[in-house]
Amino acid sequence: MQRKSIEIWVGLFILIGIGSLVMLAMQVSSAGTGASHTYRVEARFDNIGGLNVKAPVMIGGVRVGRVGNIWIDKESYAAVVGLDIDRQYDTLPMDTGASILTAGLLGAQFVGLSPGADDFYLQEGDMLEFTQSAIQLESLISQFMFAQGSGKKDDNSAAEGQ
Amino acid sequence: MNEPDLSAEILHSSMFYNPMVEAKNVHFSFGDRVVYNGLNLTIPRGKITVIMGPSGCGKSTFLSLLGGRLQTDSGQLNFDGAAVPRTKSPALFEMRRKMGMLFQNSALLTDLNVFENVAFPFREQTDLPEELIRILVLMKLQMVGLRGARDLLPGELSGGMARRVSLARAIALDPQLVMYDEPFVGLDPISMGVIVQLIRRLNDTMGITSIIVTHDVAEGCSIADYVYLLDNGAVAGHGTAREMMHSDQLGIKQFMNGLPDGPVGYHYPANHYLDDLYSGTR
Amino acid sequence: MNLIASLGQWGMGFVSRSGAAVLFLFAAFRGAFHSLPRGCLIIQQLYAIGVLTMLIILVSGLFVGMVLGLQGYYQLVNFSAESSLGLVVALFLVRELGPVLAALLFAGRAGSALTAEIGLMKATDQLAAMEMMAVDPMIRVIGPRFIAGLIAMPLLAAMLSAVGVLGGYFVGHGQFGVDAGVYWSSMQNGVDLVDDVLNGVIKSMVFGLIVIWVALFEGYSAEPTSEGVSRATTRTVVTSSLAILGGDYVLTALMFGGF
Repeated sequence: MQRKSIEIWVGLFILIGIGSLVMLAMQVSSAGTGASHTYRVEARFDNIGGLNVKAPVMIGGVRVGRVGNIWIDKESYAAVVGLDIDRQYDTLPMDTGASILTAGLLGAQFVGLSPGADDFYLQEGDMLEFTQSAIQLESLISQFMFAQGSGKKDDNSAAEGQ
Repeated sequence: MNEPDLSAEILHSSMFYNPMVEAKNVHFSFGDRVVYNGLNLTIPRGKITVIMGPSGCGKSTFLSLLGGRLQTDSGQLNFDGAAVPRTKSPALFEMRRKMGMLFQNSALLTDLNVFENVAFPFREQTDLPEELIRILVLMKLQMVGLRGARDLLPGELSGGMARRVSLARAIALDPQLVMYDEPFVGLDPISMGVIVQLIRRLNDTMGITSIIVTHDVAEGCSIADYVYLLDNGAVAGHGTAREMMHSDQLGIKQFMNGLPDGPVGYHYPANHYLDDLYSGTR
Repeated sequence: MNLIASLGQWGMGFVSRSGAAVLFLFAAFRGAFHSLPRGCLIIQQLYAIGVLTMLIILVSGLFVGMVLGLQGYYQLVNFSAESSLGLVVALFLVRELGPVLAALLFAGRAGSALTAEIGLMKATDQLAAMEMMAVDPMIRVIGPRFIAGLIAMPLLAAMLSAVGVLGGYFVGHGQFGVDAGVYWSSMQNGVDLVDDVLNGVIKSMVFGLIVIWVALFEGYSAEPTSEGVSRATTRTVVTSSLAILGGDYVLTALMFGGF
């Protein structure tokens, strides 16, 4: 009788414990995005700003993958970003463009993809052709101030503004 | 006076043939404190041997040495014809199966009830079926008169009852030797009488060799077949209970009759009393 | 001169005690291995160590999660970033608070009880009696407790994290009206299975080993008097708490700092 209740309690304990582990794995973290379920494409940027490994890769605000790793091309000194795209999104056209965007004004940076119209799809190891570097706030501000200061004299920049 | 001496002589020679335990020139010390310097004693088979001595003379240490929980520094200590194996060796565990021990504070496992405590040796050492274990445990409990207390926890037992349960556990696997460490301490007269009678009966009916370590002269002598008196790390005297009671040796006499002063000094060794008083230091 | 001598004495004592503790760890592993077939004993210890600690873990986890929810919300709302509340709560719990807090509570609840229990078993000759019954206490007493501690600790830490995340949800969603979907999805986007959850589990395993090792060693080497046992119990809580916090720093540096 007493032994039985101890066994029930211990069984319950282990169940709750394993249930918690499963919850942490499934509900709290995004399980199921292991390496085998993704394919890798590369994108070359002049400047990646504050992009981090594991930052999300999005199309129209939907997460389709994450940044796998970031390194420098030894010849061109351009930043190369490896993107791990989920296998379920395997019909991205070859001429898809990548840009580094910021969530909100001060939020974390992520890679946004804009699908093109090519008939061929991106494969493992492909390089994205059309990329747009991160917009850096400080250069934006300095550009703006420069434009303000010289705007009255310079017709070109005024024309661009229109 | 000559007649009992002769019979004792014959008794001795038959008693000490093929002894259960034999200690030859055993030395042992705890760090700097010498406990034994040349201990020689022989425990006869099938008898009750009582080891007595003043507090702190290392009576209980002898049981620890014999049980292999401590290691002799030098000398020979034999149990059943073979030397006591080194601590933690498999041979030692083999030897301990032939031994039972009753600890001073009973040492019952506090999270198990009386039945489970007595069943403990069976469960750990044998593969007997549950049915048989139940019968054996009840037999042992019946022997100590506590079959009815089987469901109690050790905390609910009186000192005497706990000691009897512990005794039932010690004899569970029918050992050849049972060691009793101060079995009479802290018992009321009735419990004491029960324990004395139990030890005697177990010894006689089951043919167990018993070693009792005690400083209780009256109870010890009432039960002993043979008595050893230890002092200063060696045997100070030995003989049957009667021989010891009537011994002329001063040391034995002092202990057996409980005299405050004699060869065993009343004072702890110190320098001269007056020097000490006037020396001014602490 | 006396100072140097006492320093030397302390150093020698420390070294010999550390050595004894390491030897004890090996003996405990051996005992645990031999006690593996004794499932019944392990279950009993899982009850004493795990089940009886579960309640305090669950309640503390809930409150810690709720406090994280409150504090996180108050700070995040300044940047209009309350959508990240789930992520903040989950990362705090899974990476740090879950393992560390569970281990501290485990040391206080189960560790001290283990030390006291084994110290008392020693003081009342129960361990000696087992030895005399040809039963090795390392296998019968230490082994099952060791295994139970190693199993219980990661489960308890996971429970604390899971309940804490729920507590944060109650506060965030119930009190402040953070959208439920946003709470969970921000968490799922930001928390990584390997980097965060698995590392947290590894941490809790290491902490479990530390606590159970310290608790059993202190009990087993306690002076067999009531004073000695009480001192050993105190030492268990102090030593294992310090070891947990120090170990947490080292583990965090190794796991999250290197890359």
